[in-house]
Amino acid sequence: MPLSSQFINLLASILLLLAFAMLSQRRIRSLIRLFMVQGMTLAVSTVVIASTTNQSHLYYSALLTFSLKVVILPWILFRMIRQLNVEWDVETLINIPSTMLVGIAIVIVSFNLALPISHLAGTITRSTIGIAMACVLLSLLMMITRSKAISQVIGFLSMENGLFFAATSTTYGMPMVVELGVALDVLVGVLILGVFFFQIREKFESLDLKHLEKAEEE
Amino acid sequence: MMEILAVLGLPLAGGALLALWGHEKWAPELNSMVSFCTFAASILLAWKVLVSGAMVVLNEQFFIDSFNVFLVVLTAFVAFTTTLFSRPYMRNEAILSALSNYQLRLYHSMYQVFCFTMLLALTTNNLGILWVAMEGATLATVLLVSLYRTRESLEAAWKYFILCGVGIAQALFGTILIYFASEKVLGAGGTALLWTHLDAAKGSLEPTVLSIAFVFLIVGYGTKVGLVPLHSWLPDAHAEGPTPVSAVLSGLLLNVALYAVVRCKILVEGALHNRFADDLMIGFGLLTVLTAAFLLWRQKDIKRLFGYSSIEHMGLMTFAFGIGANFAGLLHMTVHSLTKSAIFFSVGHAVQRSGTQTMEAIRGLIKFPAIGWGLMLGALAILGMPPFGVFTSEFLILTHAMQSQPWSTPVLLIALGVAFASIFGKVQSMVWGEQAGKELPHAQASLPILLHLAMVLLLGLYIPPYLARWYSEAARLIG
Repeated sequence: MPLSSQFINLLASILLLLAFAMLSQRRIRSLIRLFMVQGMTLAVSTVVIASTTNQSHLYYSALLTFSLKVVILPWILFRMIRQLNVEWDVETLINIPSTMLVGIAIVIVSFNLALPISHLAGTITRSTIGIAMACVLLSLLMMITRSKAISQVIGFLSMENGLFFAATSTTYGMPMVVELGVALDVLVGVLILGVFFFQIREKFESLDLKHLEKAEEE
Repeated sequence: MMEILAVLGLPLAGGALLALWGHEKWAPELNSMVSFCTFAASILLAWKVLVSGAMVVLNEQFFIDSFNVFLVVLTAFVAFTTTLFSRPYMRNEAILSALSNYQLRLYHSMYQVFCFTMLLALTTNNLGILWVAMEGATLATVLLVSLYRTRESLEAAWKYFILCGVGIAQALFGTILIYFASEKVLGAGGTALLWTHLDAAKGSLEPTVLSIAFVFLIVGYGTKVGLVPLHSWLPDAHAEGPTPVSAVLSGLLLNVALYAVVRCKILVEGALHNRFADDLMIGFGLLTVLTAAFLLWRQKDIKRLFGYSSIEHMGLMTFAFGIGANFAGLLHMTVHSLTKSAIFFSVGHAVQRSGTQTMEAIRGLIKFPAIGWGLMLGALAILGMPPFGVFTSEFLILTHAMQSQPWSTPVLLIALGVAFASIFGKVQSMVWGEQAGKELPHAQASLPILLHLAMVLLLGLYIPPYLARWYSEAARLIG
């Protein structure tokens, strides 16, 4: 196995570790830091894939990933928690050890699901497709088990990271126009959520979504 | 090409203008003007397609055929009539709910941006841009759902954002898988996600990948269609947002999401040569119709009631496309969208008159003929009573189901029966009875209600030959 593809596998396993770290992290500030590291790993792996396969458009998407996910979004999120004054994600709906066990099951399922796809892939990164799928599903799990609005959003963003990784590892990235559009949607989404958090805060005096559970289930 | 630029550019420009002046006295008129011009441009576009056939323009990024041009016209038309309804409605709301200038600007601007994203989703040739536009439509409406900033509306908007966000992320994964399969055939780069190229090469796409992709796509876009079990955002979003937004969500956005599912289905079907995609759509469709019909019974809020009715009808359409009753499915898309928006127009004024959305407290709407009769006739139409157009399409779907999937007919009939009993009883007691509501500062808009119901009636009695030809042509494209 060539060095570069070993390096990509290493980065992929770091991504998977980070996904588990995010699952177990209860402090929101550290959660955002983990999200930053995830974005960084993603950008580095994109650069490595770009240089080994000579896909020059991947350099742009690495740049896009870096500026959006390592600089802009964490900056917005940090600003938000400073202004809203939220520090601790008090409790998760399922306790953390059981969440981890569910997470392991998810990883096994997604490796099995990805098997037929990675057989077909001709890219040097095909062994990482299972990891990408696991990252997406682990972020979904994080969104389900967290009750604070802001940690649900971080889960949502890290799901987008997983999708991006899936796109680079299966196909060397989507066409540029699509990637730009996706990035725009993510950015606008976070800005809208910023407005939204303040509205929730104003009405509920907390960002805990358990107060939102008056939802009539009918 | 000019027409497409006009159809897309007008609402975008309108959104920018209204972001600056959306609170002015004349903003509702400007809103209507923009939508009317968009509608006129869409007619020109349809005329061009009718004369010269399908077209691919602007570097192959836009693709118009009979299937989507008819949805473009429908979308532009309902968006226009909804602005007519929204004129007096939002003026009343500004007084009744004390909306600030900021909220009015937000409402008007986002309304136009929402129209833009839907039209973009319909006209684009790129499956990736289709995804971007669908997500954009969610983002544009999420702040409209929470416009009143009550606890319930914030809760509804949050649910809407998170559920649709998660759903649409699954659709992105599906799109990535399609790109993965097509890149092998069409080569990397720009053309591998263009629908026209995919359609031409669909026979040689890898079947395993496409079948996994379709599961993700139907779950993803299906969340926005309102398919059970991913429907729970829909009634909340319909109940809490301003009524014009409920009308366009039900009448238009759900159609556009279904359009995305059908476009993907055409590709998957071409690659798989089996009934996998059809069966998935039949299963989701039937489950949706049945669940929604039984949930209708328990509703207390008038807007939630019709939200659930939309879920039921979307399920019916999904089922229709699954069994191959494409003509009936397209007709049902049209009549449902016209009828449901007419119902929401009446409901909006009825709620303003009586000051509540609880059905038990709404009585005696017949005192205001346009609202009372509008709601009554609209309800009869949506329940599939002849001579309205919904009867025609439901009849076609049922007869088709009897031929191709006989076992499903009793299920459908039970669901339609339960829906009839639930909605008719509730609407009847709201329309008749004694108590009358209060006077409104601005007179209601009766024209859009009457116009829509008249069109649905016309489609029930007589489908003009060019329209029938158009439907058949589009039905043939879907295959």
